[in-house]
Amino acid sequence: MRLRLAAGEGFSPPTTEFFWQPLVGDGAFAFTRPMLLMVLSVAVIAPVMVFVAKRMQVVPSKGQFLTEGTYNFVRNSVGKDMIGAKEFRPFIPLLFTQFLLILVNNLFEIIPLLQFPTFSRIGFPVALTLVVFAVYHVVGMRRHGVGGYFKRMVPPGVPGWIVPLIFFLELITYFVTRPVTLALRLMANMFAGTLLLVVFALGGEYMLLEGSNLFVRVASLGSFALFVIMTFFEILVGFLQAYVFVLLTAFYIADSLAEEH
Amino acid sequence: MTGNLNVIGYGLAAIGPAIAVGLIFAAYISGVARQPESRGMLQPIAILGFALAEALALFGLVLAFIL
Repeated sequence: MRLRLAAGEGFSPPTTEFFWQPLVGDGAFAFTRPMLLMVLSVAVIAPVMVFVAKRMQVVPSKGQFLTEGTYNFVRNSVGKDMIGAKEFRPFIPLLFTQFLLILVNNLFEIIPLLQFPTFSRIGFPVALTLVVFAVYHVVGMRRHGVGGYFKRMVPPGVPGWIVPLIFFLELITYFVTRPVTLALRLMANMFAGTLLLVVFALGGEYMLLEGSNLFVRVASLGSFALFVIMTFFEILVGFLQAYVFVLLTAFYIADSLAEEH
Repeated sequence: MTGNLNVIGYGLAAIGPAIAVGLIFAAYISGVARQPESRGMLQPIAILGFALAEALALFGLVLAFIL
């Protein structure tokens, strides 16, 4: 038996239009909701970090303990393990800043009233990725020289006739695949997660308010329950994506620094 | 019934990365089960492999929306 959910219009699922939310103005120069959230995230992170750094104690307070834990996590299990104990130090500020910024902005997805992940708009991850892109190329070219940097893309011992092909593939990897996937991964994860939450919330609301009989209205509880479960799942995704982003950044830098490809 | 064929295409395209992610974590789990000390070393590798395999599914997701 088919349940008739509603007479008339029917449910229309949310589309990509959900992600375009201008606050002031419209068109290319509008001030949008993710822009406001990005400003807010910086306004939250910067004072907290300055405050914690100014009041360092031998016996750490709760806040200092949490901050140091996060810092140590990025420093040791990302920076030190991926780049190597000898050269990871100059990259710690970059990695730690990126991690915090991405983490806070991803958690905005599930904080009531904010509820919008900044990085679901492709412009924001592209900006972060451009920094990473510049860093790993400049670092590699400084280490090996511009010519040497391109030369070491081809591993030694490859037969001569196959060198152009390998070089071409490596060139695409370094200049197209890596930056594109880095930006797209973060954006698509936050985008998909938010869309899922919106679908469950709107679907539940529609079933509750417009349902044609009692059974459908009660069934909306299932939709709301899934909304709550997925919200917790999104916390995990937010952490994981921040971790993956800095992990890949460290991996690309380490790859540019390495003597052999 | 109306809808978009892109969504079916995306569903099919997601099978490959889904199997890949499953295989990666299966290998990670059996590695840790055999040698629990190796957990710290295997974790970044597993997450890295997961991220690379997942990228394919996300390409599909983005293309399903923009095409």
